[in-house]
Amino acid sequence: MKGVSYEAVMARKGEIMRSAVGMDYSLFESGSIAFDYEALMRAPGLTLEDVIRIQRNFSIGNTPLIELKNITELARKCAAPGKGARIFIKDEAANPSGSFKVRRAATSIYTAKKLGYKGVISATSGNYGAAVASVCAMAGLKCIVVQECYDSRGKGQPEIIEKARKCEALGAEVVQLSVGPELFYVFLRLLEDTGYFNASLYTAYGILGIETLGYEIAEQFRAREGKDPDMVVCTNAGGGNLTGTARGLKKAGCAAEVVAASVNLKGLHMASDAQFNKKSFTTGHTGFGMPFSTWPDRSDVPRSAARPLRYMDKYVTVNQGEVFYMTEALATLEGLEKGPAGNTSLAAAFSLAQKMDRDQCIVVQETEYTGAGKHLNPQLSFARKNGIDIRFGDPKEEVAGRNIILPKHPSLLQAREVDMAHLRASLIKNALQAHGGKYTEEDLAFLAEETKTDTEFVLRCIKEEQA
Amino acid sequence: MAQKGEWALLHSVVLEAPQRAPQVPEDTHKVPLEMWVKGTLTAPARLGAKATVVTRTGRKVTGTLLEVNPRFSHDFGDFVPELLDIDDMLRAIVFGGDGK
Repeated sequence: MKGVSYEAVMARKGEIMRSAVGMDYSLFESGSIAFDYEALMRAPGLTLEDVIRIQRNFSIGNTPLIELKNITELARKCAAPGKGARIFIKDEAANPSGSFKVRRAATSIYTAKKLGYKGVISATSGNYGAAVASVCAMAGLKCIVVQECYDSRGKGQPEIIEKARKCEALGAEVVQLSVGPELFYVFLRLLEDTGYFNASLYTAYGILGIETLGYEIAEQFRAREGKDPDMVVCTNAGGGNLTGTARGLKKAGCAAEVVAASVNLKGLHMASDAQFNKKSFTTGHTGFGMPFSTWPDRSDVPRSAARPLRYMDKYVTVNQGEVFYMTEALATLEGLEKGPAGNTSLAAAFSLAQKMDRDQCIVVQETEYTGAGKHLNPQLSFARKNGIDIRFGDPKEEVAGRNIILPKHPSLLQAREVDMAHLRASLIKNALQAHGGKYTEEDLAFLAEETKTDTEFVLRCIKEEQA
Repeated sequence: MAQKGEWALLHSVVLEAPQRAPQVPEDTHKVPLEMWVKGTLTAPARLGAKATVVTRTGRKVTGTLLEVNPRFSHDFGDFVPELLDIDDMLRAIVFGGDGK
């Protein structure tokens, strides 16, 4: 009989994962820092055309691309003369489960079914749960979603509770947990007990699923405007959204600048019971965005297919109050009521557009569904009940976990740039640390690719680290 | 008394506080890892007593019976009047007038 203690189960992690993702990751390893990322992405044997076909069979994709004319007008009123790019949004909420995440689920569940798994499990408190549940409903597979939902007082984030409701409505079993990284332990035990497929957010299947989003943006934009967009802004958490979108844009030959945007939750500890309900965003924030960018292999698979620093040209953060403000702007100026978390990239785009010329174009690459719990009113109301001070002011005064500052004028909304060199150096440092400070020639080239730099930059970082 | 076959919510403790992972922050380390699961009761049970359910995927799970036919009570929260101020501010800038 196998032990079920935390230590015993964690020690079997590799073995459990191997049978739960239907892929042998050792095939891609070099034995040191480097691994063959493109071989990992090819391993599912799915071309972009295959993925499009799979998604069409589940009625996924081909979502509308909407020009936000009034928000563009607002940006121009805040910008210097001649500035203010046109802002477009990809209405991913129009997908079956209400978010782009269903693209990610489709390829995983198609594979799970093909490989003969009876069900799938996903560890997520986000829109991905509903996405997996939705595709499982269509594919006739069983589905378990494991959520981190409550603090030790039994208080749940309204947004996460709504996602649980939606998963159940789509036929899934939802396992809810209190705060803590041991969610992974429960997840492993469930995988072992059921023999189900791990519909991880971080497998090649998942990321290939998002490539169609980037590809679609390029195709739709060209058909509509006769040119490529200048910039695509992606809300960034685990990095898959940006990675898949950027790869899809590349496959379409589109050279748009790819910008990551996260909600700034600096100072809040993600595994803290006391701080769990002090935040108003459960995803799309820096608490995931920073660690996953600088060390992608912290995910639930041996090698993550989401490697955002390979594709990211710029990384900006916006504050919670700014995202709520733009969510309201989207409703009151464009007649579009959407969930706040997906509007992180919209808030960033609103600011970035003001630095660009009027004939340039930005695409915000997602929206997400909204409803009870998952809407700015309940989220702000919940924050207020948790002692967060909500008021108008200068967003610069916002301190995550203490207050939420709604800009007293739209011109105060400012996307703040993250130092990319610092992020890249962190990734290199983390990779070195994980391998005892040793590296090969091949590793240098790999790390240059990982950070979208060159071996000179990598060597300089290593030297500084080892000095 | 809840009846066999009724839809129910169970609660259990997965890891007691001392068993928690070493890397969790101090505040989290002081509390247990708890779990909530729903399913149909396999036998009559009292609220607050041990019970077993069969979940939607057919798993048997045991825990403390919390609720029968559990309801979702999340809603749109207390009204946040600042949202009206945002509407007025933005409409006035884009469309002119006082936004009303």
